Amino acid sequence: MSHESGRAAQSARAGIGREERQYLRFSRLNRVLHVVMIVSFMSLALTGMTLKFSYTSWASILSRVLGGFETAGYIHRMAAVSMVVIFGLHISDLFRRRKKEFGTWKAMLTGPDTMLPTKKDLRDFIGSMKWFVGAGPRPRYGRWTYWEKFDYFAVFWGICVIGSTGLILWFPELFTLVLPGWVINVATIIHSDEALLAVGFIFTVHFFNTHLRPEKFPMDIVVFTGRMPVEEFREDKPAEYDILAASGRLEEHLVEPYPPIVIRAIRAFGWTALCTGFAIVVWIIYAMVFAYR
Amino acid sequence: MTRRRPTWFRLLLPALALGAAARAQENADCLACHADRSLTASRGGKTVSLCVDEKKFAASVHGSVPCVGCHADLQGKELPHGAPLARVDCGACHEREQKEHAASLHGQAIARGDQLAPRCADCHGNHDIAPVHAASSAVAPQRVPWVCGKCHQEGSPVQRQRVIHEDHILENYSESIHGEALLKKGLTVAATCVSCHTAHTILRHTDPRSSINRKNIARTCTTCHSQIEAVHRKVIRGELWEKEANVLPACVDCHQPHKARKVFYDQGMADADCMKCHGNPSLRASRGGRSLFVNADELAHSTHAQTACSQCHSEVNASRVRPCETITKKVECSSCHAETGRQYLASTHGMLFAKKDPNAPGCTDCHGTHGVLRRKDPSSPIFPTNIPDLCARCHREGNKAAVRYTGSEHDIIERYQESIHGKGLLRSGLTVTATCTDCHTAHSILPMADTASSVNPRNVPSTCGRCHLGIEEMFNASVHVTRIGKTDRRLPVCNDCHTAHTIRRADTEGFKLTIMAQCGKCHEEIAKTYFDTYHGKVSQLGYTKTAKCYDCHGAHDIRAIGDPKSHLSRENVVATCQKCHPGATRRFAGYLTHATHHDPQKYPFLFYTFWGMTGLLVGTFVVGGVHTLLWLPRALQMRRARKVPAPPREEES
Repeated sequence: MSHESGRAAQSARAGIGREERQYLRFSRLNRVLHVVMIVSFMSLALTGMTLKFSYTSWASILSRVLGGFETAGYIHRMAAVSMVVIFGLHISDLFRRRKKEFGTWKAMLTGPDTMLPTKKDLRDFIGSMKWFVGAGPRPRYGRWTYWEKFDYFAVFWGICVIGSTGLILWFPELFTLVLPGWVINVATIIHSDEALLAVGFIFTVHFFNTHLRPEKFPMDIVVFTGRMPVEEFREDKPAEYDILAASGRLEEHLVEPYPPIVIRAIRAFGWTALCTGFAIVVWIIYAMVFAYR
Repeated sequence: MTRRRPTWFRLLLPALALGAAARAQENADCLACHADRSLTASRGGKTVSLCVDEKKFAASVHGSVPCVGCHADLQGKELPHGAPLARVDCGACHEREQKEHAASLHGQAIARGDQLAPRCADCHGNHDIAPVHAASSAVAPQRVPWVCGKCHQEGSPVQRQRVIHEDHILENYSESIHGEALLKKGLTVAATCVSCHTAHTILRHTDPRSSINRKNIARTCTTCHSQIEAVHRKVIRGELWEKEANVLPACVDCHQPHKARKVFYDQGMADADCMKCHGNPSLRASRGGRSLFVNADELAHSTHAQTACSQCHSEVNASRVRPCETITKKVECSSCHAETGRQYLASTHGMLFAKKDPNAPGCTDCHGTHGVLRRKDPSSPIFPTNIPDLCARCHREGNKAAVRYTGSEHDIIERYQESIHGKGLLRSGLTVTATCTDCHTAHSILPMADTASSVNPRNVPSTCGRCHLGIEEMFNASVHVTRIGKTDRRLPVCNDCHTAHTIRRADTEGFKLTIMAQCGKCHEEIAKTYFDTYHGKVSQLGYTKTAKCYDCHGAHDIRAIGDPKSHLSRENVVATCQKCHPGATRRFAGYLTHATHHDPQKYPFLFYTFWGMTGLLVGTFVVGGVHTLLWLPRALQMRRARKVPAPPREEES
């Protein structure tokens, strides 16, 4: 891809210079939660990794940049609290939407836009495999693809596992009133390795699936703007598009795009997050492959 | 006492006389001629009387001995005999005395044919020899000075024509404490010439057999002055006078022969005599040209202000115009500082000195010469704050001692100056702070490898313990002493953790962080597992506000976990945790501070948790990675497909 054409494609997707309305994929709350979550996740990753890879020189430099191990500890706990609050807000949002938009849990969880795995997801997965090896067309993905659902539930799992072990490590004296002392050691291993899994997965697989796959390269800012061009929407989530187009309610979901300055700010934030993430991946690889003792 | 003849000797004389009388001519036969007072003969151009006073002879010790008993060549000869007779051989009876005399200076002179050499009769007389202790004896104590003085007085032929080193012998003796007692106070037990020189074995003082040789002089003097060590204890260990007489000053170095007085210093070799020449600032040695100037003011303020020149420069001879010309050796400080001298000779410095190594420091290199000052004097080179600079003269990197050194300690002076001791001494002026000599000693300096060295690992705890006594007591009860710790490896001593010259305050960040590496030198495995825990990781990041080895195990009082007094014993472990974790309980103390997830036997929970988590990670990454990689070619294809109809797409969006 030439530099010029790449920029043309970017500006086309961002809607720069065009006043065409765009499809609104994410609600304002979800967008805010994702931004907060990025900040919190990055903070957790940076502060946590300094401890996990304390034997690298990078770790001690970073630890000092972060204000020392005690300050890093406060940041880590505050970020963890934010993460749990985000989790709580999302759950309460689900309750609110069930009441407002669906009425019953069944309607919400069995509809076409459900986050729960469905038979279609299995079909899409098999279809994707075939498509990957050239044995079939690209599956017509719906609102939430199976990998997006995987990422979504991975967060549930992560928050439960890392959150619970993190609490033990936060209040060891309290937990050892009941649990034996070695549980703290076990919690340390689980907390640290699960965090490594989360960080590693988000900064490689999630980054690729969402931002780095060539058709989205270098990043997909839909999670910040909430908006995506209709054409891109039609191409990316054909099943959802079809339903909306058939019902004739697509117009209801179209909104004005953000002005360029907002897009630039969003991209700056996106770049920061991406770079931080990659830096952490490089650091992890360095620590685990080259500096491991 | 040499003057006293044994009793058996006195009994033997009449017996000998009787035996001889049986065969010999009667004495009356001899006296028939020799009682005549006018009987004379010419000997060597001089007229001598040949008269024998019968009364005196009868009263002499030889009164019962027939004439021919001594004049043996007359035995069986016709009388009157032809002249002259052979010389009487006293040795026929007095064999021992004869032998001693023959070996003595006097005897040797006779053998050479020296006309001035004294024979038996010159001192004892001939026919009128009285018992030695009889007041009439020619060699009675009070007469001895005059007997000897006949030859050894100023103006006599012997004194003028022969090499006699002492002058005014008789005069000096008569004024000495001995002479005064004998001659003025009639104290016959006072030392006479023969008390020191012996009666017959008179030898030159340089002869090792001589009673006045340096080696023997102490024994000679102590014949009478038997308790003299007690009087001199302050400066000299008494027994050394006999054992190491070559090193110590002899009695006569201070109490000059023939002039011995209670107070001698003002007499004889006075400092003023030396300063006549050595007070001249331009005085230089004829050989080498080094300055021989002695700064009297410096000397007067030194710790040796009360010491006479000749006490240190002990070979001076007051009878010379230049008394110092007889000096052959350098000043021997150990003459007075005997114990220090012994230590020095056993030290590296002393051993090099003995090998005549040009780099070896002698006493004066550290202490100075005439201006030597007490250790407590701030301007002394051995005042505590000056010691580092003093040692640095040779031991600073690049200087003569440092270039010979092959060990691992470098930049010792600079490091010491930055150490807690160096700062305490040089910046805070705390003179009780350890300097070089506090650890290495001042005079017994030996290399670390020497088991007698104060810095040998065996001795380091007690060396440090001289100041840090409380720490040493704790350390001596810890597992790190051989008595308690059972191991083949070398156990650590103070400097293994604190270093030798770079000793820092134990409460500084730097020290706290390095201590883990120090423990880890030996406790390799256990240190590794520590770094797998939160405590270890935070420490590794460079923070001290977390548990380090000594926070749990103690610093100097490290004991086996099984020891009830250990900080980690069942009784104490919870309290140890509570130092940092106030809410710690016994369960909390069950936290594995040295946990490793590599040991399925010891820590199965950790082992299986770790491998479970690793499996989860690997599984997830493999699935996610493969999915992504498979996707990549399709995604690229999609991108290309979208890019090819670029103009229409521009239109569309």
